[in-house]
Amino acid sequence: MPRFESIDHLREYRRQLIAKRDPNQPQVLVCAGPGCLPMGSEEVAAAFREELEKNGLAAKVLLKECGCHGLCAGAVRVLIRPQEITYQHVTPEDVAEIVEQTLKEGQVVDRLIYEDLHTQEKAAHKGEIPFFQGQMPIVLRKLDIIDPTSLDDYLALGGYRALRKALLEMKPDDIIDAVDQSGLRGRGGGGFPTGRKWRICQDALEDPKFIICNGDEGDPGAFMDRAVMEGDPHAVLEGMIIGARAIGASKGYIYVRHEYPLAVSRLQLAIDQARESGFLGKNILRSGFDFDIKISRGAGAFVCGEETALIHSMEGFIGEPRPRPPYPVQAGLFEKPTVINNVETWANVPEIINLGAAWYAGIGTEKSKGTKVFSLVGAVNQTGLVEVPMGTTLRQIVYELGGGIHYNREFKAVQTGGPSGGCIPAQFLDLPVDYDSLQSVGSIMGSGGMIVMDTSSCMVDVARYFINFLYQESCGKCTPCREGLKQILFILDEIIHGRGTEEQLALMEELCAAMASASICGLGKSAVNPVLSTMKYFREEYLAHIRDKKCHALVCRPLLKYTVDPETCTGCLACVRECPAGAISGKKKMAQEIDQELCVKCGLCYEACQFEAVKIE
Amino acid sequence: MVWKISDETAYDTLGEEVRLTINGVTIRAPQDQSLLVTARQNGFEIPTLCYHRDLPSEGQCRLCVVEIGEHPRTQIVNSCTYPTQAGLVVQTHSETVLQARRLVLELLLARTPKAKLIQEMAAAHGVYESRFKTDDPEELCILCGLCVRTCREVVGVSAISMKGRTPDKQVATPFMEQSSACIGCGSCAFVCPTNVIPYTEKEGVRTIWGRDFELQACNVCGNYIAPKYQLEHWAKITGDPVESFFVCKDCR
Repeated sequence: MPRFESIDHLREYRRQLIAKRDPNQPQVLVCAGPGCLPMGSEEVAAAFREELEKNGLAAKVLLKECGCHGLCAGAVRVLIRPQEITYQHVTPEDVAEIVEQTLKEGQVVDRLIYEDLHTQEKAAHKGEIPFFQGQMPIVLRKLDIIDPTSLDDYLALGGYRALRKALLEMKPDDIIDAVDQSGLRGRGGGGFPTGRKWRICQDALEDPKFIICNGDEGDPGAFMDRAVMEGDPHAVLEGMIIGARAIGASKGYIYVRHEYPLAVSRLQLAIDQARESGFLGKNILRSGFDFDIKISRGAGAFVCGEETALIHSMEGFIGEPRPRPPYPVQAGLFEKPTVINNVETWANVPEIINLGAAWYAGIGTEKSKGTKVFSLVGAVNQTGLVEVPMGTTLRQIVYELGGGIHYNREFKAVQTGGPSGGCIPAQFLDLPVDYDSLQSVGSIMGSGGMIVMDTSSCMVDVARYFINFLYQESCGKCTPCREGLKQILFILDEIIHGRGTEEQLALMEELCAAMASASICGLGKSAVNPVLSTMKYFREEYLAHIRDKKCHALVCRPLLKYTVDPETCTGCLACVRECPAGAISGKKKMAQEIDQELCVKCGLCYEACQFEAVKIE
Repeated sequence: MVWKISDETAYDTLGEEVRLTINGVTIRAPQDQSLLVTARQNGFEIPTLCYHRDLPSEGQCRLCVVEIGEHPRTQIVNSCTYPTQAGLVVQTHSETVLQARRLVLELLLARTPKAKLIQEMAAAHGVYESRFKTDDPEELCILCGLCVRTCREVVGVSAISMKGRTPDKQVATPFMEQSSACIGCGSCAFVCPTNVIPYTEKEGVRTIWGRDFELQACNVCGNYIAPKYQLEHWAKITGDPVESFFVCKDCR
């Protein structure tokens, strides 16, 4: 890579780069995102390499391992350009056929394309698949096209054009004005207006100032930031450099989870490339502006996603939050003014600078602008990464993009915003997804996790799962969060074991109110959401556990009762052999009986019975 | 790091005086001084467990919470770290505040049912027994962190710190082993509000945090002054020869 000494140099290089590339060159883009990688995308890519070699196509066809293609349910995904044919569930065995049929003959391999679950209609091209039709990719736009390890790929798609504009055509105030007018709000969950945050930091008198990218994504089931860091690392860097220019920072840090080794290595590679090419370091693009970025790895604490805890962790102290004020923009890293934004927020910045604040502000709702990336997981047919304009309804996301609930079950709830988000019931399916609407129904935007639940989920058990997660992850610094979560977990356990009382429900409500108001940080304040929302919308389930000692979703094992139907039982003794507690007795070829005192409710008899004679209630 | 909240000890370095309202009374106080100090100086009592005037506040116990702002846009903040600002409207005993304090005390009472201080404070707030579950009836530590902060900020050795997260959070030496940084001064035990840090002294040896410290006797009266390590620590800080500390303060 050359070191870009001037704008003309960069412009000329980009021109040549684009001229060199044939837009009609066949490309095989294998998804190597978080969903496909463990399903064997490396093997698929290797098979392609071998097959192309064998067919003498290696020089003609461009093979790339890209970032997340989005529809993770179809892992491993392969995109063939320029026709935009997408294949799913590709294995190394399918590769020879794809090369033969598609790359040589121009035919579509029918059995590997998308098929609608409900209409059985097939769709070969990306634009015809409903999952992609409802989306509006801004942050994810380049993920399935570029090779994340190639700076040339990023440059060819207009990369670092926003930086050039920000450095040479705009004053720091203009950059902040643009971000402010775009209406961009923090994508990490807080939803604080990004432009305002930058302005406060710019106005701070102290020097030096710092920029931090928060990549400590720790929500169960969420992988938005991971996909962006792994798939388009230069966009994050470009956003950070622009932000640094705006507030006058000379040093930036990316805080990434140690559990994201690929994100760490891709970001490091991108930083090295950017430094070599003069996008980072001294005198960037000869503008006189100095800025450099370092990676700081997190050691796995969920609470370190909280900005003050993250800063403590980076400083080498215990990752515990501290009360605000002062906010990090006043006294952040090493007590200097610090702007800390989430990965997705940074990745939005170059696009806003490129296309203008008005364009961005034209997307979304009145108070929530732009798009939001969600990781749509759980009980939907099509799990994956989606990017939709703010204001898209939950119904559109779950049914149109997600393809409805799996196994033809019924929708029960969707939990937004990670473990401390609320569970939203079916009655709010037409709710537009934006910061304020979600808050109005007792949930949060969070960083964009979206877990869909069907009727096989017990909401008491769901609340317990998330409270247990938060209890394990709470730093334990302040009393309400530390002691409160412990007590809520205890009460939920009592309810699940059929020992709960209605007084305990009232006590839990009282406790939640105190925790929400008196905890230090967002973890404790929002930890009550899963409990309060399930108690509000699914109170009858709590009451069924407490009054009738029944779990209607058949999830809470202590409340289940296994019995043998004497009419159906053949006396084959399959269940007797499986039972670890010796609780089943009866003569051979006669109906068996389960001793409820001895039964440990493991469910092995239910699975062992081939005649459906074991009943659960 | 900890935000430096000004205290009465540093009165002269404070910002200019501003007006604010506490419980409906307009008062004047130096800007940026903590709300807790401002309130106490003006006769409004706010209970605390983790506050100490010589230590930076970190806001652990959440007893000092107050309500700021005007209805309906009010907010609960902890007064020990919140700065005094012009025009602030503060309620130190609103129903929301009292409710939060009662709940915090009830939670602490469940954690440390035998701690005298917690029993008394809870009773003062009308909490006589806890509706919550007690894990360990012998537990006395309320995790206020005063010992850790004293060791770090006053003694300056950081021999102890908080370990773990919620389920097994405790004050401990590194790796739960004898700490080589500890000078045996006992400041942590002295500052502990619930007297939970074990500390014994017999036959010229002080035992604390699992380590024995030989005590230095006074060259004049023969009474024990302090652990030898502590005197060496003093000598290092002051630059004086360690022997100059071998006389107790009564004989000096």
